[in-house]
Amino acid sequence: MIIAEKKPIQEIIEEVQNFDRILILGCNECVTVCEAGGKKEVEVLASALRMYFITQGKEKVISEHTLERQCDHEYLEEIRKNIDNYDAIVSLACGVGVQFAAEKYLTMPLLPGVNTICLGANEDRGLWTERCQACGSCVLARTGGICPVSRCAKRVLNGPCGGSTNGKCELGPDTDCAWQLIVDRLKALDKMDDYEKIAPIKDWSTDRAGGPRTVTREDVKI
Amino acid sequence: MSEFVSASRLERVMKAGHLGVTSECGPPRGSDPEEVRKKGMLIKDYVDAINVTDNQTAMTRMSSLAACIHLKLLGIEPVLQMVTRDRNRVALQSDILGAASFDIPNMLCLSGDHQSFGDCAKGQNVHDLDSMQLVQTVRHMRDEGKFLGGDDIKRPPKIFVGAAANPFADPFEIRVPRLAKKIACGAEFIQTQCIYNIDKFKEWMKRAVDRGLHEKAFIMAGMTPMKSVGMAKYMKKKVPGMDVPDGIIERLAGVEKGKQAQEGIDICVEHIQQLKEITGVAGFHIMAIEWEEKVPEIIKRSGLYPRPEL
Ligand code: SF4
Ligand code: SF4
Repeated sequence: MIIAEKKPIQEIIEEVQNFDRILILGCNECVTVCEAGGKKEVEVLASALRMYFITQGKEKVISEHTLERQCDHEYLEEIRKNIDNYDAIVSLACGVGVQFAAEKYLTMPLLPGVNTICLGANEDRGLWTERCQACGSCVLARTGGICPVSRCAKRVLNGPCGGSTNGKCELGPDTDCAWQLIVDRLKALDKMDDYEKIAPIKDWSTDRAGGPRTVTREDVKI
Repeated sequence: MSEFVSASRLERVMKAGHLGVTSECGPPRGSDPEEVRKKGMLIKDYVDAINVTDNQTAMTRMSSLAACIHLKLLGIEPVLQMVTRDRNRVALQSDILGAASFDIPNMLCLSGDHQSFGDCAKGQNVHDLDSMQLVQTVRHMRDEGKFLGGDDIKRPPKIFVGAAANPFADPFEIRVPRLAKKIACGAEFIQTQCIYNIDKFKEWMKRAVDRGLHEKAFIMAGMTPMKSVGMAKYMKKKVPGMDVPDGIIERLAGVEKGKQAQEGIDICVEHIQQLKEITGVAGFHIMAIEWEEKVPEIIKRSGLYPRPEL
């Protein structure tokens, strides 16, 4: 899923202070699971903003709404009927949701309430970690199912680099070395011979390097 | 056809069966060429070639290629270090041609320390190729005479290609397989990480020799003299992939402060003398970081001077 993190409240206050009627718009998908932008976080942010503006002696209307999905035309339509009640929307969806809403409501200021971090998983209570950078041409079959693109700080495809120490990345003790994990997995799979196969120079044109990416499926088009 | 792939003296010395000797020079954090020339002239007659580091520890410095050219113009043979951190395949190939245009005959391919260690921690990194793929790239340009994109290169680069190896890095199972992989990619010489743990290095070398890797590439042992017990402790604790046995720290701690540097040099010389006897060691790469003036002493006392006439 997409992992996001709440923006500091101060940053949000600065963005919204010139608007009087503000909608806090949550999303019920990834950002709910990673506890950054679901119904609960919408409530918390709305209360915090109300409190702040009361202490500032400013009158503002802060409304709350959470959509099933913000990256979806159909669900985004839900707010159209009330859209004139707001001067700005703070979206707690990931960057995709914020943009989809912005595209739909052309004249409505849309402000992000979260920082979108990565594609990852909930590894432990309160810990979300990256697993994929959507490079567009997956190499996991060759690397024991562990991704060197997203999990190695240098995207080394023939790793590890010389900095790997006690299973940790040269970045420091908080980061596992992806290549230690790959070697551990190859060992568990009894496929250590695969280690010596040289990974060819990667075609990064399917990654960020190739410009905005699209998937077109004739069979799905209407 | 010549039995040599380049005009490199380093290549000739080792192919003739002599121990090769290289040292290292870090370009300055400024544009004064005198600093490079001074360092180069200090060690010129004691080594076969001098590595020029490429923004090491990710600190922005004068470009490695420019510093190599300054050395080359003084008649000193450079080893151009190139990291994959800062340049994509366009820039790497372009710099290889630039180096070849000055007849810089050696190159060392590295991934480079992560930028978070340097002065541009907020910058992007590139890593379009990894260090093994960079080795393949230079070999491809030299041997096939072609760019990665497939077009012919007019006057292909004649470069003796090296890579680094860390005999102490984790995971330990793949220390030798990783060396084998670098050599399979086309590395013709290898410069190792600084060696302090002699026993562990011997074990690594034995396994490399068992696989015949020492016959496929020249393996040069990396040596860095310790300046003080503080440096030894720092290297042990803070430098990723470095193995400094407690014995070294105790030995340095055992002498008074003013004599620790000399003790560090003595240790370095003793280590070189021990390693000279080991099958598979084809030479030494002496990295005296900001301490170039000590390199001649180390080389002389280790019996590596004078350098062979060719
Ligand atoms: S190889 Fe690419 S697609 Fe596969 S997990 Fe890694 S980043 Fe994602
Ligand atoms: S230590 Fe491991 S994860 Fe970190 S950069 Fe090196 S190979 Fe990649």
